[in-house]
Parts: sequence; structure tokens; C-alpha cells
Amino acid sequence: MWAFVFKRTLIALSVALTISVLCFSLLQLSGDLALSIGGPEATAEQVEQIRVEYGLDRPVLEQFTTWLWGAVQLDFGRSYYYQSEVMDLVVERLPVTMTLGILALAIALGVSIPLGVVAALKRGSWIDRTAMAIAVTGQAMPNFWFGLTLIILFAVKLQWFPAAGSDSWQGFVLPAVALGYYATPAMMRLTRSGMLEVLEADYIRTARAKGLRTGTVIFKHALRNAVIPVVALAAVELGFMLGGSVVIETVFSLRGLGQLAWNAISRNDYPVVQAIVLIIALFYIVLTLLADILNAVLDPRLRAR
Amino acid sequence: MAHTLSPPVAAEQHFVGSWQSRLLRSTLNNRNLTIGLLIITSLGLVALLAPWLAPHDPYLQNTANRMVPPIWHETGSWTHPLGTDRLGRDYLSRLIYGTRISLFIGLVVALISGLIGTTLGVLAGYFGGRVDAVVSYLLTTRLAMPVVLVALAMASLMGGSMLSVTLLLGLLLWDRFAVVARSATQQLRDAEYVQAAQALGCSLPYILLREVLPNIAGALIVVATLEVANAILLEATLSFLGMGVQPPSPSWGLMIAEGKAYMFFQPWVITIPGSALFILVLSINLLGDGLRDLSAPGGRNE
Amino acid sequence: MSNLSSAERSTAPVSPLLTVKQLRVDLPVAKGTLHAVRGIDFHVERGEMLCLVGESGCGKSMTSLALMGLLPRKAQVNADCLDFDGVDLLTVSDRERSNLRGARMAMIFQEPMTALNPAYTLGNQLCEALRRHQRVSRKAAHDRALYLLERVGISAAEERMRQYPHQLSGGLRQRVMIAMALMCEPDLIIADEPTTALDVTIQAQILHLLRDLQQEFGTAVIFITHDLGVVARIADRVAVMYAGEVIETASAQALFQAPSHPYTQGLLRCIPTPGKTLPGSRLQAIPGVVPNLVEKVDGCAFCNRCDQADELCHTTPPLQTVADGHLSRCHFAHQLANPATINAQEVTL
Repeated sequence: MWAFVFKRTLIALSVALTISVLCFSLLQLSGDLALSIGGPEATAEQVEQIRVEYGLDRPVLEQFTTWLWGAVQLDFGRSYYYQSEVMDLVVERLPVTMTLGILALAIALGVSIPLGVVAALKRGSWIDRTAMAIAVTGQAMPNFWFGLTLIILFAVKLQWFPAAGSDSWQGFVLPAVALGYYATPAMMRLTRSGMLEVLEADYIRTARAKGLRTGTVIFKHALRNAVIPVVALAAVELGFMLGGSVVIETVFSLRGLGQLAWNAISRNDYPVVQAIVLIIALFYIVLTLLADILNAVLDPRLRAR
Repeated sequence: MAHTLSPPVAAEQHFVGSWQSRLLRSTLNNRNLTIGLLIITSLGLVALLAPWLAPHDPYLQNTANRMVPPIWHETGSWTHPLGTDRLGRDYLSRLIYGTRISLFIGLVVALISGLIGTTLGVLAGYFGGRVDAVVSYLLTTRLAMPVVLVALAMASLMGGSMLSVTLLLGLLLWDRFAVVARSATQQLRDAEYVQAAQALGCSLPYILLREVLPNIAGALIVVATLEVANAILLEATLSFLGMGVQPPSPSWGLMIAEGKAYMFFQPWVITIPGSALFILVLSINLLGDGLRDLSAPGGRNE
Repeated sequence: MSNLSSAERSTAPVSPLLTVKQLRVDLPVAKGTLHAVRGIDFHVERGEMLCLVGESGCGKSMTSLALMGLLPRKAQVNADCLDFDGVDLLTVSDRERSNLRGARMAMIFQEPMTALNPAYTLGNQLCEALRRHQRVSRKAAHDRALYLLERVGISAAEERMRQYPHQLSGGLRQRVMIAMALMCEPDLIIADEPTTALDVTIQAQILHLLRDLQQEFGTAVIFITHDLGVVARIADRVAVMYAGEVIETASAQALFQAPSHPYTQGLLRCIPTPGKTLPGSRLQAIPGVVPNLVEKVDGCAFCNRCDQADELCHTTPPLQTVADGHLSRCHFAHQLANPATINAQEVTL
């Protein structure tokens, strides 16, 4: 078990390093940084001054190690546009994105697991068919458009929730639904197929032969085993949602990491973009690592490995 | 009973005939596949015949005729069945030309990413060991990168255009191809006919292209349909965020972005291109589901 | 209900624990209806070991699942009588059914490797049935499980209670399954080929264990097997099944001494007997195939494989009493039971 965790952590660390190299190359690819920081009206002397100030005159490798050393200490340098520490900006925006992501995941799990279980239990019924229809349409709906449609329906027509802003919890409802809806189909299909498979298992027959109540058979014996792969998927989906927050936060004008990233991208503020890509990648890496460990906890057979 | 008396050749022909009719029958019986195929074919025709189908020039601006509502509104007219946009361009014509952008990007992206992913996956699956470790590492790294964010950043660096979006997505979306090709090849590696080819001293390219690839093609085609749909959605997302296809191209994502400011009073400006996207992606997914059922009837969970 | 049954137990020792009359199980399949069990009769006395013998597909597992009420919902179960200690299993509600299962009738399955839930400890799975059926404390359930694990021959039982199924071998898991079946002291245990999936040496141990426990606890057991060698070792009485019917029932002794159905005789010729079968000589196999149970079977189901069949066998043979408690579904049962008679008849003809 511990060897397994150690090995996975090692892989995670090296993946993180590779991604940081990629992020840094992104910065280098963006052309002459001093020029873009200075803007079109900067004189040659001003550009040169910026070059020295930001350390852009030093060799690439030195720049990379400096940046990486900073990144390890959670210092991602200064933003060109906001003229403040990147980390301060990130720390300010992160709570909104995390709230959004976790809410979206909660909604996705809250819809997909019960629906998947009922669909499997009542296979072929109208509930099953409705669930499959939701899965098929959910996968085909562009999430920014779904978000805009939610705004039209629930913010403009019905006026139940605000169309934008993260000042109150109501502001999070629509974006979380829009983000969570995208992750629902895959998790629901997995719950359903997992339940169908598990319900055929011999140990379910054993449980029934013991005279256990239907609820105990379904929830204790079947769901526990069917839900193991869903947990892994949920962690991965949360990672995707954090990445996808750039779209939803832009649509709903939420002041989160995604919106910050979009603003930074449109202003060529690369230190910020770099930092956010790396942070979201790190989240994904940690989440998949956690999913593996959680899987091992849920499935005793994996612990031996 | 009579068949048992007929010579083997005739029996074989009979079998081939029934195989084809069986395929046709199972295609027709598969509702997903039929519906998906029908919509895709018609949208493909729309894309091909766009110049003849579109009632107007999709780029022609007419400031006197701005924001005309579609036909189902009281003030709508048949001149512009789906109305006009904020610059007075005919919405239906833009929608029709937009089909070309979505389908082109979807298909080319799937082609590029399919090439990359299949190569990596087949090599990893066939050789295993160190090659597999390297590919798995690349795969893990690729999966850890937030696609939308990286694509946005890169597109803004390269300057948004149809070409840059296509290349970017092609370079990013190979992961599923690699996963499927890898596991399918692993299963094949020990198959008798592959081992027979090895024993006969066939060259490596021959084995990979003639023995392995045709046998994993079915699974790859299913992945390809999913990736076409995925690429179309991502292109729309990038264009919606202003980093994809640039104006005045009639990309559906861009049409939604341009209509966003008007959506509170004229919701159809985003409903129409959004529905078009939805229908296109839905039909591709139905096609993919149908193909999967067709290639693995036992593996179906419905 | 329990009061009634205990009263019955004391006053009417003659009534069997389980009476099955004309049990039929039909399963819808792609090509029609599979008549898996086609009207079988048997009974189980209290505390006896009844062996249901037959080859795979003869309906013996279907019978056991029908008794437990574990058949898939689409399966149809009909019978003239399906009486378990005064409870009519045909009309019993789902709720009462599940009150019986695990408490008064328990089951041991063929595949010990997959019959236990991989996600829970053995202790958890052992105790849950007892806690479901009886108001006992966690501690009492734990102690009972511990006692039974030791009783079925598992060492370091306390430690095993905390282990997961994958940490045990197949033989050990089957011992756990036996302990699990005994948790609520059931009146009847149905063991569906419990030794088939195990190594031969383990098989013998498990058989001994089952036999010992059955005698110690006075539990009636329906032991399902395809192996007459197993039957010879443990059975009190035997019911031989073929193509969804019981074709012969007798005490184990009577069955082995005077088999009165050609199928039973064929089965007996299939097993090697030490001292009688010469080394290197071929064992006899029964030629032919079992009839398709989706179609209607006319006459004797065995007649297409029987070397003694004649015109009469195209009519359905009645169940004939060969001796007291020895029944056979063969037109020639009496002749078969006493080979001397055949010779005599042949001479007279």
C-alpha cells in the first residue's frame, strides 16, 4: 500500500515538473515579453529597462530555474497587467473557483448516482429511458450555451437567481448547475453499468439468501461495490471542472481563477496564465492521486498491491 | 435443410449474403445509428451545398435590416427565415456556412489527433516495457493539462484562426485514441495470427499496419466519432471566448458570443446557433453509440 | 408463527420439514419457454441429508433457487404443494419470505470465490444475517460468529473475522460460507454443489465437516451434486433428477444396492468402484444427449438414451413404488429393481 502511494507520488511529481517546463515554454513562445509588457508606446530604452527589471536578459535556463524555484515556494512572480504578486491574485480568486467546482461536483454526484442506481434497478423503465436521454443530451450540450440558457430562463424570465456575481450563495447556483451538468452523463452511465454488473454478482445472491432487506442488499452490498469506479471518475471530473471553470466563470462573470485566466490571456499577462495552468494541473494530479488512494481504501483487494 | 446438401461454395455465398443483409438489418434496427446517420448525412450535404442552399451572402451587412426576428415571430418574414444579426447579416445563411466550419474542424482535428494517438498507443501496446512507460507518462502529462485553458492560451499566442484552432486541438485531443489503441493492441499482441506473422519474419511495419491496425480500427472509429464531437464543442468554446475562429467567420460559437449582448431581449440570437451545435453534436454521439453497439453487440448495457 | 411451528414439531413428528409436490419452474428464453423443472415431488425429513443428484442442466439448481425464492423475477414457479414446516412457500409474502431466508432456511453456493462480498470483512458478513433476524447484541453476534468459525475448523478465528474474502483460500471461504449458513441455526440448509469448485482433498474435508455439523446441529440438508461418489459418502436419502424430473428416490442404501431406473444404473456404471473396476478398463458413459427442455417432452425423457427402451416408453411413465420409500419413474422399474425377474420373464416369454 505505502509502496504504491510512494510510486504514484513520484510519478505525480515528475508529471508536475514536466508541466512546469511546458508552462515556462509557453512564456518563452509568447515572443518578446519586454515588448508586450511595455506596450506599443514604449521606447527602446524603456523596453530595455523592463528586460533587465524582469530578468529577461539572462539565459533561458537560468530564467527557468529562477521561476521554478519561485514556483516551488508558491511565488509565481508579478503580473504584468495587475502589477501585483500573481500568488496574491490567485489566493484571492481561488475560493470562488473551489466553491464552484465542489458545488458542481456535488450536484453532479447528487443527480448521477441516484439516477444511475434507479435506472439500473428499473432497467428499461421510463426512468431508465429518461436517465439515458439526459445522459445523451448532456454530452451534446455546449456548456457555455447551457449556461446562457440557464441565465435566460432562471435569471431573466423567472428571476429566481442572479445572472452574475459571487456575492451570495444564490449566485453560485446556476454556474454550478451548468458546470455540473456536463459531468453528470459520464458518472451516471458508470453508476448504471456498475450497478447492473454488481447486481448480477454471486455475493448479491448470497446477501439475498441471508434474508437481508432489499435496502441493505442494494445500498450496503451492491452500491458500495458499484460506486468504486465512480469515485475515481468524480476526482478526474473535478479536475476537468476546475479547468472548465474558465468558460463558466466568464459566462456568469464570477471572479474566480478561470475568469482571471481569461483576462490574463486576453491581456498577454503570461506570468498569471502560467501560474493558473500549473495550479490547475497540480490540482488534477493531486486529485487523481487521491482517487487512487480512495479506491484502495474502498476496495480491500487493491490494498494488497 | 437443403443448404446442408448444397456444395460448400454455395453455402459460403449464402453466408456472405446473409451477413450483408444482417448488417443492414442491424443498422436499421439500431435507432441511434439510423437517426445519427440521417442527421449527419443531411448536415454534411448542407455543408457541401452551402453556396446553393444559403438564401443570402453570409457576410453581406445591411444596417437597415438589423436584428430582424425569425419567421415564428409576428414581425418575421420569409426573406430572412431565421432573422438577421446585429449587422443585418442573414442568420440562416450564416448558420448554413457555419456547418462547414464545425464539420471541417471536427474532422481534421480527429484526423490529426487520431494519427498521433493511434501511433503512440499502438507502439506502447505492441512493444510494452519502456516504450509503454514513456507513452503512459506522456498520457498522464497530457491529461493533467487543462485543455480549454491551454488551448485558449496557445490560441491567443498563435493568433486565433481556423488553422491554429485545428492544429491546437489536433495536438491536444489524442489522449483517448492512445488509451484505446494501447489496450486494444495489448490484447492483440498475443493473438495467434500476430504471433504467426512474427514467426514468419514479417517486417514490423507490415505487422503493425496489416495485422494490428485493421483489427483495432473498429474501436478507433468509435473514438473518432467522439473526438469529432469533442473538437466541435471545443472550437465553439474557443470561438465563444474570442480566441478561436475570428469574425466575420460564421462560426456557431462566435455567433453565440456576438449574440450574447442581445440575448435578454432577443433570445433567439443564441438559441438558434446553440441548437444547431446541440443537434450536430448529438447526432455524432448517437452515431458513435450506434457504431459501438454494432461492433460489440454483447457489450451493450441497455 | 414460530409458536405454531414449535407446537407442530412436538406433536407431529411425522410431518416432513419440507414437502414439494409437482413443482414446476418455467423460464422465458429467446426461443420460447424453458421448462427447467417439470413437476417434481420430494420431501425432506427433519435432520436428514437429502442428496439431489443429476447432471448439469437437469434443474437441480433451479429447484434449490425456487425453494429459496431466489429465482429471477421473470421465472414462473408453480406447484401443487410447496410446504416448509407449515408455511406455504407459494403464497408467502416477500417480507415473510425474507424473514425465513437466512433464519430458517440457509444456502451455501457453489463458487466460494465470488459468493462473499469483497468490500466487507468476514465478521461483518457473518454477523449481519443474525443481527437482521434476531434481536441480539453486536457482542453476541460476534461471539456466535467466532464460535462457528472455530467449529468449522478455522484457526485464529478472531483474526479472520477482521479479514476480507480475498485474503482467504477457496476452501477457507467455503468454511466461512458454512459458518454463515449456520449463524441463525436454520432448520434447512441447501448446499448447491458446495465442493465442486474445490480441490479434491479440500472437498473431502468439507464433506466431512458438513456431515458432522448436520448431525451435531440436527439440521436438515438438501445437498445438490452431480457426483454419486459424494452421495455415497454423506446421503441419508437420494433423489435423482433428469431433464427437470425426479426419476428415482430412495434411501442411499437402497439406491446403491438396487437402482431401479436405467439412468441411475448408467450413472452408477460411470463411477469407478475400488476392487470392482479393473485398472485400465474403460468406464461406461451414457450415450446420447439430454432432451431440449424448451420443447415439449413426450413420454419418458430418458428413452432416447436408454438401451432398454421400447414402444411403451413413448408414453409418460408413472412413478412406481419399487419398495417402501423407493420410487422410480420407469415402466420397467420393478424388473430393474430385481434383475432375477427379468431373466425369469425372458424365460417364460
